[in-house]
Amino acid sequence: MVPVNYYIILSAILFTLGALGVLVRRNPLIMFMSIELMLNAANLAMVAFSSVNHSFSGQIFVFFVIAVAAAEVAVGLALIVQIFKSKHTINVDDVNSLKG
Amino acid sequence: MNIDFILFLVLALAAIATALGMLLSRNAVYSALFLVLNFAVVAVFYLLLGAPFIAMAQVTVYAGAIMVLFLFVIMLLGADELAPGKALPWQRPLAATLAVVLVIEAAYLLLARGAPSGLVTPPTEYTNSTESLREMALALFGQYLLPFEITSILLLVAMVGAIVLAKQEKGGRR
Repeated sequence: MVPVNYYIILSAILFTLGALGVLVRRNPLIMFMSIELMLNAANLAMVAFSSVNHSFSGQIFVFFVIAVAAAEVAVGLALIVQIFKSKHTINVDDVNSLKG
Repeated sequence: MNIDFILFLVLALAAIATALGMLLSRNAVYSALFLVLNFAVVAVFYLLLGAPFIAMAQVTVYAGAIMVLFLFVIMLLGADELAPGKALPWQRPLAATLAVVLVIEAAYLLLARGAPSGLVTPPTEYTNSTESLREMALALFGQYLLPFEITSILLLVAMVGAIVLAKQEKGGRR
């Protein structure tokens, strides 16, 4: 039997690593992966709380979060491909003008 | 020092190590593969927390579909290693400082303002049975029917959006 605190601390650490990835990396694909990592950390916390409370609500929220993440990735990656087509780079430091 | 705790510790170290690997890899393909490992470890956590359905959804949707899409785009764009751009010199130290602040803040909120208490329930014969899955399906299609329908519309909109973005306009050049 593991206290739920441990799971929440692990979730906080994973979330921070994801936030650090978004701030530090310059490749938008890796920034996207960091966002997935943050969503995953939140999911872990929700499943841990659902396990403590003997309730399915947390697990169903996680199910919805997974669906939203799939939708987000589909649109986000299409955007990155379009940016690459018009700018020939995807480095976020070079994509800094509104003109297409 | 029981077996559950040792298992948690080993898996937590694996999760943090794979997350760091994703963060620090120069090559985006390595990052994606580290993230697949991280998702697999988190799926094992879900199994330990008595959520087998979520664990399987995690493996199929995240580690399967989403990461394959990522790898496909990385290889399509040849963006596995970016040429250095015009980066701001002070950004990295500032980001590291802010991440440390975030950890301290989270730890403070967690430990000083009433830590969550209770023990997680290890998986039992019930949580891994079809009976438990039936309970969850009843909640999903009963109490949470409206959010479920909204999710289906969201997926449809995302699909249409991705097709519109990827479509070449008539006449070749844009």
